[in-house]
Amino acid sequence: MKAEGYNRRRQDLRGWPIEIETYKLGDVYYCSINNVDPGARFARAEGSTREDAETRALEKADRYLSQTRRFTAT
Amino acid sequence: MADVLVTTDWVAQHAKDADVRIVEVDVDTTAYDQGHVPGAAGWNWTTELCDTLVRDIIPIKKLEDLLGKSGIDNKTTIVLYGDNNNWFAAWAFWQLKMYGHANVKIMDGGRKKWVAESRELSTDKPNVSPKTYKATGPDTSLRAFLPEVQQASAGRKAALVDVRSPAEFTGEILAPPGLPETCQRGGHIPGAKSIPWGKNCNDDGTFKSLDELKKLYADQGIKGDGPVIAYCRIGERSSITWFVLKHLLGFQNVKNYDGSWTEWGNLVGAPVEKP
Repeated sequence: MKAEGYNRRRQDLRGWPIEIETYKLGDVYYCSINNVDPGARFARAEGSTREDAETRALEKADRYLSQTRRFTAT
Repeated sequence: MADVLVTTDWVAQHAKDADVRIVEVDVDTTAYDQGHVPGAAGWNWTTELCDTLVRDIIPIKKLEDLLGKSGIDNKTTIVLYGDNNNWFAAWAFWQLKMYGHANVKIMDGGRKKWVAESRELSTDKPNVSPKTYKATGPDTSLRAFLPEVQQASAGRKAALVDVRSPAEFTGEILAPPGLPETCQRGGHIPGAKSIPWGKNCNDDGTFKSLDELKKLYADQGIKGDGPVIAYCRIGERSSITWFVLKHLLGFQNVKNYDGSWTEWGNLVGAPVEKP
């Protein structure tokens, strides 16, 4: 089998730039979300449609990013 | 192309050669099961490439068993690839070099490039004949421990390269966005230079040209004429930089400090610098 409909795009979420990667393998859509800097995958999900997989992954990403604290210089 | 890198084309042509073993090592340990290069083995960095009792690299006997059951002997060409621009593929490469494996390479671009090129993926686990593997080492000249890093920082005896993101370097954040905080203090080791690992790579996950890489480090005064210690948070991102400096640029004295910020940033009394 081969990945179909491979797509990568960037957007902001909670003030952080993220990269959304989605593709279909067999009957399943896989979505993973990286922080752009440093480029680490921190949320992923599967779904029966692209929208389903991305929505689930973005929900997880939003939850995780809400826990990332910014520290000001002291 | 450096002899430690192979292209996705090369892997497509040679993945099933008798003397070649392809191995996927991902940050996301479920990625292999989604689909992998046909015939590739999958190694889990959290359980198979470390000591699971104490914080350490994989013990020699465990490595020998892992390689043996993966159908690898001392003469096998191992080609590593993985997600996140080969973070843990480089981590595995570093450990294999410490244990003396001669012929190990990285697939340039990693899993991202293979998938983006819509190349064949398989969910089948390869059926391999176990082999006997005998490791040497570990060669600790490739690895920095805390006392050496402390001396390097205090006496400016080695170039310390912090490969984390600028926000981690400055202490604005304690971990990459979206990941758990694993340290008590933010900032960087005094004297370290910020050269994020991502600057080594192109957008498609491949490594930049040797000329670009040479300039990237030379602009920060790192030209291969002195010792270099790379670090990040847990040592996998710095494996990428170690790989670039040691094996692409050919610098002689380069170490990976795998204790990294999860050690330094949790150490009572350790000096921390913030710009």
